[in-house]
Amino acid sequence: MDGMTAAADDTWTVAGRTFRSRLIVGTGRYKDLEETGAAIEASGAEIVTVAVRRVNLSDAKAPMLQDYVDPKKYTYLPNTAGCFTANEAVRTLRLAREAGGWNLVKLEVLGPPPLLYPDMQGTFEAAEALIKDGFEVMVYCADDPLAAKRLEDMGCVAIMPLGAPIGSGLGVQNPAILSMMMEQVKVPFLVDAGVGTASDAAIAMELGCTAVLLNSAIAHAKDPILMAKAMKHAVEAGRLAYRAGRMPRRMGADPSSPLTGLIR
Amino acid sequence: MQSSVTLTLNGESRVFDGPADGPLSVAGLLQTLGLDTRKVAVERNEEIVPRSRYAETWLASGDRLEIVHFIGGG
Repeated sequence: MDGMTAAADDTWTVAGRTFRSRLIVGTGRYKDLEETGAAIEASGAEIVTVAVRRVNLSDAKAPMLQDYVDPKKYTYLPNTAGCFTANEAVRTLRLAREAGGWNLVKLEVLGPPPLLYPDMQGTFEAAEALIKDGFEVMVYCADDPLAAKRLEDMGCVAIMPLGAPIGSGLGVQNPAILSMMMEQVKVPFLVDAGVGTASDAAIAMELGCTAVLLNSAIAHAKDPILMAKAMKHAVEAGRLAYRAGRMPRRMGADPSSPLTGLIR
Repeated sequence: MQSSVTLTLNGESRVFDGPADGPLSVAGLLQTLGLDTRKVAVERNEEIVPRSRYAETWLASGDRLEIVHFIGGG
């Protein structure tokens, strides 16, 4: 099998659904819905995260996300952003399931600002309730190998630790811990949060992550469409590098050109 | 006789007139509000109202309704 064929066959599967793109993008924080749609298209993503919120009843005819990001073309992954209890998370995702018919969801139970760090106690409770209710839960979590294993054992379908706090753009701050976590779990493992630019996404993929989930890094770039393209390529490059297997590091030089046959 | 119902709709108290021939249904409410039923989901008193039952789910004064849709999020 040549390299190109291998890349075309390099899919991943979560909860029985198979995807080619290893980039999942959020749909929040864009200038407008038009830019949202264009950036997502440029990213090549097949899964997009979405939030569930009250309809603005004073403007019922306002354009909706579905008008710009076609749910037939993209797999909507509803999130629980803003939920601080298991009950709120379950109610929110039941509504999402009714609005779109999806069982595949992203659970995030967050602690207070300014860190919005994953609240693991709340996350465990909500994951248990959601799984009992038939949801397939991709879970945002702390970079904690024990928590990751426990979430997998509970039945979560993907483990998604942060690389750095949500929206911080600090990049992957914990590569060693993420590598250790990956060894603990068999389900898809994604870095979710912290990516700031293309090299951060590539680093996550080089570590061996199944995929990367990001939002602000694209939405808050000066040119979101261009950054969406950069992320697409970074995730592909990082994945190829992981599969290729990097050369060993060595403390010292090793010449690339032969030292024999030199003129004297 | 036309009856009116007082609902708590997305956290706000609002009064709606039912149709002349009977009580107000979820389907009737969504139509009154001008919402596309394919793009929203409805919760009544913390219980999901399945889309297939909008026409036969009758609303009564004091009901608390949440009508939600998808928006951009990370």
